[in-house]
Parts: sequence; structure tokens; C-alpha cells
Amino acid sequence: MDPIHENSLSEVTDESDGCGAKFSVLVVSDKFQGKPLLARHRLVNSVLQEELKTIHAFTQKTLTVEQWKAQS
Amino acid sequence: MNNLLRRNLLPIYNNAIKLTYRPFADAATKEKIDKIVKNNKVVVFMKGVPDAPRCGFSNAVVQIMRMHAVPYDSHDVLADENIRQGIKDYSNWPTIPQVFINGEFVGGCDIMLQMHQSGELVEELKKVGIKSALLTAAEESPKSEEKK
Repeated sequence: MDPIHENSLSEVTDESDGCGAKFSVLVVSDKFQGKPLLARHRLVNSVLQEELKTIHAFTQKTLTVEQWKAQS
Repeated sequence: MNNLLRRNLLPIYNNAIKLTYRPFADAATKEKIDKIVKNNKVVVFMKGVPDAPRCGFSNAVVQIMRMHAVPYDSHDVLADENIRQGIKDYSNWPTIPQVFINGEFVGGCDIMLQMHQSGELVEELKKVGIKSALLTAAEESPKSEEKK
């Protein structure tokens, strides 16, 4: 995945056993700061607009750097 | 004859004014979805029906609604190809299930799950006059009274 922001981390897990239709992603970015969940997910969706057309199942978790540090 | 013509042509004419940049089929579907999402406080577009969801993500949303004892309308997108694509265009959201509260798109499975976990869902439901069963249970239990 293209990084949304320099200060970001993304982790993609293929859950489809290789058929490539089911993914979950963890995106950590300061660009999410102050944005509600829906806006964060919409941001990720817009970056992956083309890819999502062929992905059947997509799960995402969107955290700011601060939130990510707090949980790990 | 005249009446028949008027009845058939008038809606087309109206749609053409509202959405001149869109083909008629899309405009008709959009109007249909508009009505559906405003028909009830909570509306869920899913694969299958609440008693037999045909997708794990749809099932998760059904389970959340059940936990909060939310009354809602559900629509099976597998039963209508126009709605299946139309709802994605309508809310600009690429996946099913989709949840609407008070006619507004709230999110899909991930968002519902996180709103459920954070307690935000209880608040959103409260705004539209639905009291979550989890809230009722918390009030009745003396343990949570102590916490307050």
C-alpha cells in the first residue's frame, strides 16, 4: 500500500489463503488525527479505490500514531 | 390514455431535472434507496436476511443489532442487483453491509464493531430515540450503579 503520510505505518494481512480477495489492514497515520472513524475509513478506501474493486472482503483498523503507541 | 402517459412520463421528467448528469436507471435506484433509508430510524443493507445472513460481516452487524435490541429494517442486496450496486454508489462505500441511522450512512461492519466497543453506538441510538438493551441491562444491574 502507498503510504498516506510520511509518518505512517501500514500492515496488510492476506486472509484469503492466497486467492487475494480477502484482506485486513492496519493503518497508522497522523493524518487520522481529529478525524472520525468514518472519515478515516473513507480516506483509506479512496487510496485503495482501484484495488477494492477486486477485493471481496476488506477489514480495516485506522489509528493515529498516538493511539497505536497506547495499544502496543 | 392521456392519464397513462402522464403517469409514466412525469416521474422520468422529474428525475431528469434532479439528476441530469446521471442515467435514468441510476436516478431511479437512488430515489428508491433514498426512500428505503428514510423509512426507518435504523436501516441495514446486508447479504441474506437477519435470520440467515449469508456473509460473516453481515452476520456481525446482525449480532450487534441483536445485542442492543435495535428495531431495524433490513434489505438483502443479493435479492436485487440494482440495490447491490446502487447502495455502494449512494453512500460512496465499497462494501456490504451498510448501516444507516436517521437516513445517514454510519458505516460498515468494522465501524459498527468499533462503535459498539467504544460505546458510541449507544449514544448514536440515543440520539434517534432508541434505548440500547445494553444500557437498560446496565441500569438494572446494581454493580454498574456503584460504578457511577
